[in-house]
Amino acid sequence: MNKNHRVPSSRSLSAVEVKSKFGAEFRRFSLDRSKPGRFDEFYGLLQHVHRIPNVELLVAYADVHGDLLPINNDDNYLKAVKSANPLLRLFLQRKEEADYTAFGTDSLTRKKNTVLSAVLLRPDPNKKKPPVIISLPKDFRPVSSIIDVDILPETHRRVRLYKHGQEKPLGFYIRDGSSVRVTPQGLEKVPGIFISRLVPGGLAESTGLLAVNDEVLEVNGIEVAGKSLDQVTDMMIANSHNLIITVKPANQRNNVVRGGGGGGGAASGSSGRSSDSGASYHGYASHAAAASGPTHIIQNFPVGELESDEDDEDLVIEVGGEAETIRRTSSNFSIPSLPRYEPHLNLRTTTNSSSAFSLNANGTLHGSGSSGSLHNPNASSTTPSPDRAKERRSLEEEGTVITL
Amino acid sequence: MMKFRFRRQGTDPQREKIKQELFAFNKTVEHGFPNQPSALAFDPKLQLMAIGTKSGAIKIYGAPGVEFTGLHKDTTAVTQIHFLPGQGRLLSLLDDNTIHLWELVVGPHREVGGAKKEGGVCLKQVDNYSLPGRPGIESCSATRVTVLLLLKSCDLLCIGTEGGGVYFLELPHLMLKENQTLLQDQVTQSLPDDYRCGKSLGPVESLQEHPQQPGKILIGYSRGLVVLWDLSARHADQLFLGKQQLESLVWERSGSLFVSSHNDGGYSVWPVTSGNSYTPQPVSSTIPYGPFPCKAINKILWRTSQTGSPVLLYSGGMPRASYGDRHCLTIQQDKEHVTLDFTSRVIDFFTIHNIELDKEFDDPAALVVLLEEELVVIDLQTPGWPTLPTPYLAPLHSSAITCSCHISSVPPKLWERLINTGKAQRSRLRTHMSWPICGGKNLAPPPKQQELLLTGHEDGTVRFWDASGVALTPLYKLGTANVFHTDCDEPHDSSNDHNMQQEEEEWPPFRKVGCFDPYSDDPRLGIQKISLCKYSNKLVVAGTAGQVIVLAFNDEPSDHSVDVSVVDLLQDREGFTWKGHDRLEPRLKPAPFPPGFQPQVLVQCLPPASVTAVALHTEWNLIAFGTSHGFGLFDYHRRNTVLARCTLHPNDSLAMEGPLSRVKSLKKSLRQSFRRIRKSRVSGKKRTITTPTSKVHEANAALAEQEEVAPVQRRIEPRSADNSLSGVVRCLCFADTFLHDGTHHGPTLWAGTNSGSVYAYALEVPGVGSGCVCERAGASEGSVCVEAVLGKEIQLMHRAPVVSISVLDGRGKPLPDPYEASQDLAIAPDMTNAHSVLIASEEQLKVFSLPKVSAKTKFKLTAHEGCRVRKVTLVLFNSAAQEDYSEHALVCLTNLGDMHLFTIPGLRPQVRYDCIRKDDISGIASCVFTKNGQGFYLISPSEYERFSLSAKVLTEPLCSVQLDRPLESTATSDGTAMHPQANGTHRNQTGQAEGRTEEPPYTLSSPILETPLDSPLSCADLTLDTTGDLTVEDVKDFLKTVDEAENNLRNMKEEEGRSTGILIN
Repeated sequence: MNKNHRVPSSRSLSAVEVKSKFGAEFRRFSLDRSKPGRFDEFYGLLQHVHRIPNVELLVAYADVHGDLLPINNDDNYLKAVKSANPLLRLFLQRKEEADYTAFGTDSLTRKKNTVLSAVLLRPDPNKKKPPVIISLPKDFRPVSSIIDVDILPETHRRVRLYKHGQEKPLGFYIRDGSSVRVTPQGLEKVPGIFISRLVPGGLAESTGLLAVNDEVLEVNGIEVAGKSLDQVTDMMIANSHNLIITVKPANQRNNVVRGGGGGGGAASGSSGRSSDSGASYHGYASHAAAASGPTHIIQNFPVGELESDEDDEDLVIEVGGEAETIRRTSSNFSIPSLPRYEPHLNLRTTTNSSSAFSLNANGTLHGSGSSGSLHNPNASSTTPSPDRAKERRSLEEEGTVITL
Repeated sequence: MMKFRFRRQGTDPQREKIKQELFAFNKTVEHGFPNQPSALAFDPKLQLMAIGTKSGAIKIYGAPGVEFTGLHKDTTAVTQIHFLPGQGRLLSLLDDNTIHLWELVVGPHREVGGAKKEGGVCLKQVDNYSLPGRPGIESCSATRVTVLLLLKSCDLLCIGTEGGGVYFLELPHLMLKENQTLLQDQVTQSLPDDYRCGKSLGPVESLQEHPQQPGKILIGYSRGLVVLWDLSARHADQLFLGKQQLESLVWERSGSLFVSSHNDGGYSVWPVTSGNSYTPQPVSSTIPYGPFPCKAINKILWRTSQTGSPVLLYSGGMPRASYGDRHCLTIQQDKEHVTLDFTSRVIDFFTIHNIELDKEFDDPAALVVLLEEELVVIDLQTPGWPTLPTPYLAPLHSSAITCSCHISSVPPKLWERLINTGKAQRSRLRTHMSWPICGGKNLAPPPKQQELLLTGHEDGTVRFWDASGVALTPLYKLGTANVFHTDCDEPHDSSNDHNMQQEEEEWPPFRKVGCFDPYSDDPRLGIQKISLCKYSNKLVVAGTAGQVIVLAFNDEPSDHSVDVSVVDLLQDREGFTWKGHDRLEPRLKPAPFPPGFQPQVLVQCLPPASVTAVALHTEWNLIAFGTSHGFGLFDYHRRNTVLARCTLHPNDSLAMEGPLSRVKSLKKSLRQSFRRIRKSRVSGKKRTITTPTSKVHEANAALAEQEEVAPVQRRIEPRSADNSLSGVVRCLCFADTFLHDGTHHGPTLWAGTNSGSVYAYALEVPGVGSGCVCERAGASEGSVCVEAVLGKEIQLMHRAPVVSISVLDGRGKPLPDPYEASQDLAIAPDMTNAHSVLIASEEQLKVFSLPKVSAKTKFKLTAHEGCRVRKVTLVLFNSAAQEDYSEHALVCLTNLGDMHLFTIPGLRPQVRYDCIRKDDISGIASCVFTKNGQGFYLISPSEYERFSLSAKVLTEPLCSVQLDRPLESTATSDGTAMHPQANGTHRNQTGQAEGRTEEPPYTLSSPILETPLDSPLSCADLTLDTTGDLTVEDVKDFLKTVDEAENNLRNMKEEEGRSTGILIN
């Protein structure tokens, strides 16, 4: 038992450990890294190991950054296998459960997946009428998004920057300045905070949503008015895991044009159509050119309450005798052995990479709220649904406590 | 997007009331020596002394505990102060040529936590006056005031000016007597021609009233002419034709002669005999330190005495070439001649002598010299003129303060021993005189408990101060330099012996006086951390060169050698070379140690980096210490090292190996103290000068100012782990708690680093712990050692430096100090319920459950407010209304200088107060809290401001003065009734508290209850921290206001018809 995960044998290098979760059940098996096969074979295998031969499945995996990404064709299947090191974590769902046309209302799906995957975890597009999808990337994770379009004045833009790990700096500078406001007493010059510089290749630049001389109005919902440059700097750095800044863009030409009537519900949700295409194209293109990693930009995507509470779980390393007992707890599954797939038992890896993984997953795998949250993003925060709680627990199962 | 995790507490009127009874912010008193004094005055009738400062503060001192403070509206230097003797009034002259009249009045009643307090006497400005420019003369310097003379009758003020004119003001209304003005022309007319020679007489240098004949004043002009002027007859009685540039004048008591001091370092004695209208020559003229050119004698006093010839006191006059840079004051009587050699500039001096008219002699009792950095009092009655120790105004900064530490409720036993030892230390001074400045009456009740303030200094001394009352009195001084070999190896604290030795055959007969000595022998001696156990009288002192000294109190002198232990904190880190300073060389031979705290063990950390944290647990005989490299645990009873752990980040090994970063940090720590002094000197006491200009002007000026500000950039980068200072140990803490499991508690050690790591060790202390005292078979000689086993490592994800760690018991209360529980001095901690640990980082406050470290509550201060935690402490607040009600709270000082109070363990924000200016870095860094809600911080290198966060515990001056006139009381509504505060360092900053500028900022510091307590509008709401306190309902409101603003914007836009590019919010 220990051999399997302790010793990085030649087999484990060539094998991909797969842990597949369907409902509350887990299955573990391995794939040959060099010959992963095709997606439909894999799909059949999943149905087999879970013993759900006739269930239509939606397959998703957690990538190294903790994002939940779909597997629905050969390309992203290969990517998933390639990126697994060594564990590939799969999350299976019944297609009919996930297959609601208005995905925004499907809280289950939304909660189980990231905001992003909620968009992209469409059922097979061939089967149903393909909804409007901004793009159909093979493998991506969000870099930034414009949020709260419907509650902000048109002149403002609220941008969320997703910081994945530490590999890429946020990459911008802010400065002091003054801006002119209209007050009951007339025009008044007030001090403000402005973006002064974007670092080439940095996250901020690559999004295209922030530009030099944009005035920063809020940081994670807290107004910066009356705060010093250092205070705002500290607030941004302290929130850098999940930075949401509201800016008044210097260039007001790319603003969202809002419909006059202002429909409710889903209509307003989609009313956040971006007219900022130029900027977004720029961001995408520049990033693609940099080719440092797969990215995608989602803009105007309605994000509900971002429960960032657990986004910074601290790492506790126990040093003591209990390590053994925890190791023993994993149970054996009896999985019908197939010639190609060797079942890996007790694959609760204890390496550091997996710890980092789960931490990241905690950081970004929180779903968005219901569509109601579009109007009152705070309302949904008070009632976390049991599903979400359950899901979180299951995600945390490899949790933040690492046993050595 | 916004998270409002905290229900508004303000909605609960009950809680609001409790909060009011618990918390109140007051700046109560300033301890130490006023920064940059510029004027001195003495009221011989009331026995009060006043000191003016360059920042426009006036401080009056009487008997210990009697203190009044006044602050001019402008931050202009006070150049002169004059008492109206016996009236409790004084006049101040500022550098901007204005004259202010101050009065002692009965202060307003104050409301503290619902309880009314009798208002004490306080100082209030009642009037001011500025001399109008003389018509026809353009240069305004002509009416610049040079000297003031207050007649004994107190109804007339004579003003000497630069232009040579003398003006007269009627008192106390400060009305100019236009027709009486004496211009120079009038005097010149009566001069003999050969003296006149066409030049002006120069500015008025001195005005002195005739001691016997009221209405006659002596006017001295800069060029040397002295005129005896009859005020009523308005003519010159006598003219004294001095030829030497005049500096000062003084009358002899009888009025038969006066003395003038001159620019060339000489003084002349002039006879005053009626009938002579011209006196061309003085009786005698002396240049005491001649014949080589001398500096001017700035001020001279001539005091007659019964015992012999008159006492002559003068400042300056030193030979220019050889001693021109000395700050000296000479006392001369007959053959006795002493040149007091001070370490800082002489500002002013006076003598305390007989003032009754019927006495024949002055008989000076004491000389009070105000220097730039200290106050020196010389006993003139005791032969040898010894110095008198001051009960207050002690120069805290005699060597720069490097750290401080406060001990509440000191046991009487230790207190007594400290006092006795301190007395023995000072007994060499051989003076029995009581403190001569003893006016006023201290009405403050005697302190309920004794409080000690310990200050560590750059020269390796630790000073113990009595901080129980308003006057911060030195108790005892401990030197640690004698543990080491230093360059100038001499017995410490020998300044007084020196004085005696130096009196021999030297001319001038110098005598070093005063204790201000900013030059440290060796900066490595500097004290960085202090920890004292008041029950076992054990003291741990840690310094700049990695030295940790354990001291024990001994009433007897002792000759012994100090055990030295070396702890290598780098452990097995290879390839690291220390390029900082060397360790201090310990003295290996037995050395004599005077009574008091005597060193027992010296633990030397290697590399000898500055110690950044210490902890002492006397019950377990353990000390823990940390540097920028790691931390160690030492058993001082068995004299062995229990643990040494390197905290350098493994990934940093490359970065750390490059010693450059290390050295940089080290130099930093060395320079820190210097820089701190300089900084706090520079970071002036800027106050906005409120002139009655229109608001438009102000706004324009503000706008212009903003434009001038060069834009500063800040990079937004998340913190990375490879900061070269990540290994610095920031805090250490001992606790008896549950680390392994929930059933067995035992000694633990906690350490937090700069990179957000927390290490928890389980300790096995023989004889302590829940039955886990294991008899170790085979242990050598059966001696059991303390052992430490790593229990947990916590890495805070946000990686911010850990500022403090404390363990809370089952009831959520902090654990008591060692010996407190075992000796029934405190309530035993709750060991039945689960403990928790409170970890405060620079960015967040977090409570984790124990033994399984899982986060229970947290408060993200930086993410919400943009401020960073600087100091954190757990404080017991007693209710001002209910005798038995008390609450523990977490007090947190941020880098913006404000105090946030939180409940524990719930971490709910309670109150926020602005306390220190945010640019006052040394003030924030020096802040130290007491255990019951008070605190101290340095407002200048020499002064501590004392503040109180508690509504109940308050140490403030409460005193009265017996005056000739009835005391008026101020109207309560008067804004100036605010407790006067000097130096202007602590104005509540307006408009900082979330745009609540409509409220007077002053309500923050002393809540005056205008609304009923239980009203939701009660001003306690003001002190709420709104950011964390909004509820969902508030959010809606918030959003609505956004909508409204938006609508307004739209409307406005429509009206304006597409005016683009204007931001509206």
